[in-house]
Amino acid sequence: MNSFSFSAPEDVAEALRQVGIGIPGETKFIAGGTNLIDLMKEHVETPVSLVDISQLPLSLIEPSSIGGLLIGAMVRNADTAYHPLVRQHYPLLSHAILSGASAQIRNMASNGGNLLQRTRCVYFYDVAVPCNKRRPGSGCPAIAGLNRQHAILGTSEMCIATHPSDMCVALAALQAIVHVRSVNGSRQIAFSDFHRLPGDRPDMDTSLAEGELITHIELPPAQQFVNHCTYLKLRDRASYAFALVSVAVALDIADDGSINEARIALGGVAHKPWRLPEAEALLAGELPTSAAFVRVADYLLKDAQGQGNNNFKLSMAHRAIIRALELAAASSCRQADVAGVVT
Amino acid sequence: MTDLIRALRSPVADQGTGYVTTGMPVSRIDGRDKVTGQAHYAADLDDADMLYGVVVNSNICKGRITDFVLGPALSVPGVIDIITHTNRPKIRSFDLFYKDMTAPGGSPFRPLYDDKILYSGQPVALVLAQTFEAARHAASLVEVHADIEEYETDLKSNLRHSREPGNTRGGSPPPREKGSADEAYAQAAFKIDAEYDNAAEHHNPMELFATTVIRGDDGHLMIYDKTQSSQNSRWYVSRVFGLSSDKVTVRNPYVGGAFGAGLRPQYQLPLAVMAALKLKRSVKVVMTRQQMFGIGHRPETVQTVKLAADQDGTLKAIIHKAITTTSRFEEYVETVVNWSGQLYACDNIKLAYELVSLDQSSPMNMRAPGAAQGVHALEVAMDELAYQLRMDPLAFRLKNYADIDPSTSLPYSTKELRACYQQGAARFGWQNRPLEPRSMREGNELIGYGMATGIWDAMQLFARVSAVLHADGHLVVSSAASDIGTGTYTAMAMIAATSMGLPLEKVIFQLGDSTLPTAPVEGGSSHVTTIGSAVQGACEKLQKHLFKLAKKMPESRFAKATFKQVEFADGSMRIRGKADTTVTLTEIMSAVGETRIEEKYLMLPSLIKQHKYQRATHSAVFCEVRVDETFGTVRVTRVVSAVAAGQIINTNTARSQIAGGVIWGISQALLEESCIDHKLGRLMNHSFAEYHIAVNADIHDIDVIFVEEDDRIVSRLGAKGVGEIGLIGVAAAISNAIFHATGRRLRSLPMRPEKVMLPDPM
Repeated sequence: MNSFSFSAPEDVAEALRQVGIGIPGETKFIAGGTNLIDLMKEHVETPVSLVDISQLPLSLIEPSSIGGLLIGAMVRNADTAYHPLVRQHYPLLSHAILSGASAQIRNMASNGGNLLQRTRCVYFYDVAVPCNKRRPGSGCPAIAGLNRQHAILGTSEMCIATHPSDMCVALAALQAIVHVRSVNGSRQIAFSDFHRLPGDRPDMDTSLAEGELITHIELPPAQQFVNHCTYLKLRDRASYAFALVSVAVALDIADDGSINEARIALGGVAHKPWRLPEAEALLAGELPTSAAFVRVADYLLKDAQGQGNNNFKLSMAHRAIIRALELAAASSCRQADVAGVVT
Repeated sequence: MTDLIRALRSPVADQGTGYVTTGMPVSRIDGRDKVTGQAHYAADLDDADMLYGVVVNSNICKGRITDFVLGPALSVPGVIDIITHTNRPKIRSFDLFYKDMTAPGGSPFRPLYDDKILYSGQPVALVLAQTFEAARHAASLVEVHADIEEYETDLKSNLRHSREPGNTRGGSPPPREKGSADEAYAQAAFKIDAEYDNAAEHHNPMELFATTVIRGDDGHLMIYDKTQSSQNSRWYVSRVFGLSSDKVTVRNPYVGGAFGAGLRPQYQLPLAVMAALKLKRSVKVVMTRQQMFGIGHRPETVQTVKLAADQDGTLKAIIHKAITTTSRFEEYVETVVNWSGQLYACDNIKLAYELVSLDQSSPMNMRAPGAAQGVHALEVAMDELAYQLRMDPLAFRLKNYADIDPSTSLPYSTKELRACYQQGAARFGWQNRPLEPRSMREGNELIGYGMATGIWDAMQLFARVSAVLHADGHLVVSSAASDIGTGTYTAMAMIAATSMGLPLEKVIFQLGDSTLPTAPVEGGSSHVTTIGSAVQGACEKLQKHLFKLAKKMPESRFAKATFKQVEFADGSMRIRGKADTTVTLTEIMSAVGETRIEEKYLMLPSLIKQHKYQRATHSAVFCEVRVDETFGTVRVTRVVSAVAAGQIINTNTARSQIAGGVIWGISQALLEESCIDHKLGRLMNHSFAEYHIAVNADIHDIDVIFVEEDDRIVSRLGAKGVGEIGLIGVAAAISNAIFHATGRRLRSLPMRPEKVMLPDPM
């Protein structure tokens, strides 16, 4: 870990000002520190100055004017998952958060930071080896290397890393909106536009501009999904492991049993939470049958490609999509950890 | 005289603990110190003006260092020096001096000796600074330039280079063929022939390897080291640096796990000493977790097993071959296949063991070395053959139960494996198990029951112990033993307290200092049989000493008694059955004016007696798995481990040993794999986020049974040792249970979801 300067401003304008005067790329916001500190210890990140945003007044969860929720970027993951409004109206988000990391990490990690956590690719984490995400142009040893954890969708010749978050998979399905601020003003980013695919700039994880700060995550009303949602996470061990494949499903089922609207987002398979509205549209008006679910899974994965070690993710993802849809259709919202074991 | 070394802060049982005897469940006497931070581990020691060392490791796998760029690192405020092979102080060159007590054959790695890079992760420089933070930052700025040479790190693509070991120091070569195994195999009606493989694993004890060297004004080095033997580390330092034994003391009063990684000195020890000698300062060097993945490991293993049986289930042939890895510079060997000749009665046994040298660090003994892989392959193969015979897997094992050791034809010193099978099966509920795979299901999960046998050597080594009884009635027993978290302090105090009839809190067992009486390296489940026997021997001599003193007391009630008539209990000595003869130990000592009496005991195993027997611990492991075959996820929901390990000294800590072994077995079966990128020649999953071990949520019911066994051939205590046996057989039992659940046979560890999940239809 290198030496760095540290400040802890108490209002957003001051935090933005401090980041603005720092050396671009060398000044970082720090909140829970559950990812950045690790990366600094491994010399993956070497910021010259840190602006601690944990004192900023961004720690509230409030109803939004249109009947949704406005969640502060500094609210801790655990407090978000256990918040009564989240549990009541967005159980999918609650379940996704609680399936991630460990209790200790969830207690520290902020919501804004969760969106910005970086890939767990082992090559990214080891500064002794090349990595296009860490050192653009140096190469990607994961391609044709150890790529069991890696992406099967949306990869590029530069990078096959995955986004590790569970929370973000649920946020994608819930069509969250990310509120950001900078010295130039505020803007809102649709969740599907927040994370990027690697393309030829794998060093850029998100569409956040230099100096921008996430202030809130807005959840649109989602009452129609409350009774039929599932977060299914498949991983090597029962806790404290990143998803091999995860699926967030939210279904709006009409009184006649047909599906009004479906949302499906995949984790562990791409550089961002993976959603295809065209695939979801295949379920509109359909009855929740196995045949319909298979069609959706086929469509979602039509462009999927294994990298070698991770070929199993193709069938694992396919089966997980179907299982998650079945679970969501069958009963009220649940967090399915290993299939059939519902907590 | 062996005095109490106060700096060791040896733990004592809480006041009021009172009289305990061996065989009882006793909480660790060092437990409170450990959970309140009072137990000081190697990195916890400090000295004024200490320097902090951070190691720079090689990023490349093989080559020669051409240049270091040290300028930016040296300019970090607080950095004092950077030691490399170009500016190190003089160290011995002859490689014999680098052979520690447990070194395998070959030429040990010599840290910072020359420009050669032998494996990725090798230490190449030590940065020293006034603060840890400065040293760590500076270490990240050191650039190492090297000419890269070709390397090979992949066992599977180098199997054609396998060869018999040139030197079997540290392991036993496979015995000669018994009978005609190939012929018997060819003629048998039922047979299996399969390949098994086991991933490399890293020990990763919770405590990081660390050395704190405290330099005295006279140049004496007081070294706190994480090691399984203070005397091994002391010996190594003396020889590498040419320092006489009075110039160096090594201590390890507390060790936060080791699992075999501490059997040999790790590189932080010589590097810290090197810096202390060069700079004439106290120095601390602590490894990072990442560096813990660059040291010794359980070698990757590829095995073939052929088994054959008659119609009635009689085993006709056992043919087992293993190939494991070693480094280019050392001949690391372990006993992988020999167990296959020791478990089942069979007339035709052929065993082979070969090595492939690769550009990796030398492997090291890791909990149940060799047996963890070898017994896995054998016990999965046994299950396969049982299914071919349509026999219950337990019945098949009982059918071939060995009453004498098949490989040597020697009787067993004791062998209560049959009781393990019976009690384990009863506790588990094995008798209700349907033979047919895929016959139990609940929800989305298939349920399977599997079992396997475990075996490990019952060893005894040599040791010295001193026991000093003080006039106030407290006893100090000393030996340079180690407690790597297994409960040595408690077990030895219990043995001494039981022998002398003293309350537990009156006994201090001090260990962890190289100046104490000689003890072996703590390994191979041998500490209780060795040190424990020596403790009991020293106490018996103390008893005799006290008896003699009592005879000299005025109007002694023991004048006409013989030693065999007296007993020691309640802090006193008395003639058995004659309460009125009771005299406290303190009364005896004050009556004759002794302030302290000391006895020393040299424990030499009785080899002539022991070698007439095969000596082993045994176990039967039963487990239940629940498999969601859609995804290949496995939960091990129940394990019963029934163990025959002789007399159990402390049923609390022994149970913890077995349960810990079972947990590691679950980890080995389902999760652990050290992944090397063979193009880079580098291990890549060097963190606990990516190298998976079982977490609490993976562990469900674990039931431990100790069957009745008393083995006075292995040790005078009747004990055999429980360190390794808990792990052995667990992975095989899980594999067999997955077969029972799904009908799919898995022979490759770890059994990750992609191996377990239902294949796509072709």
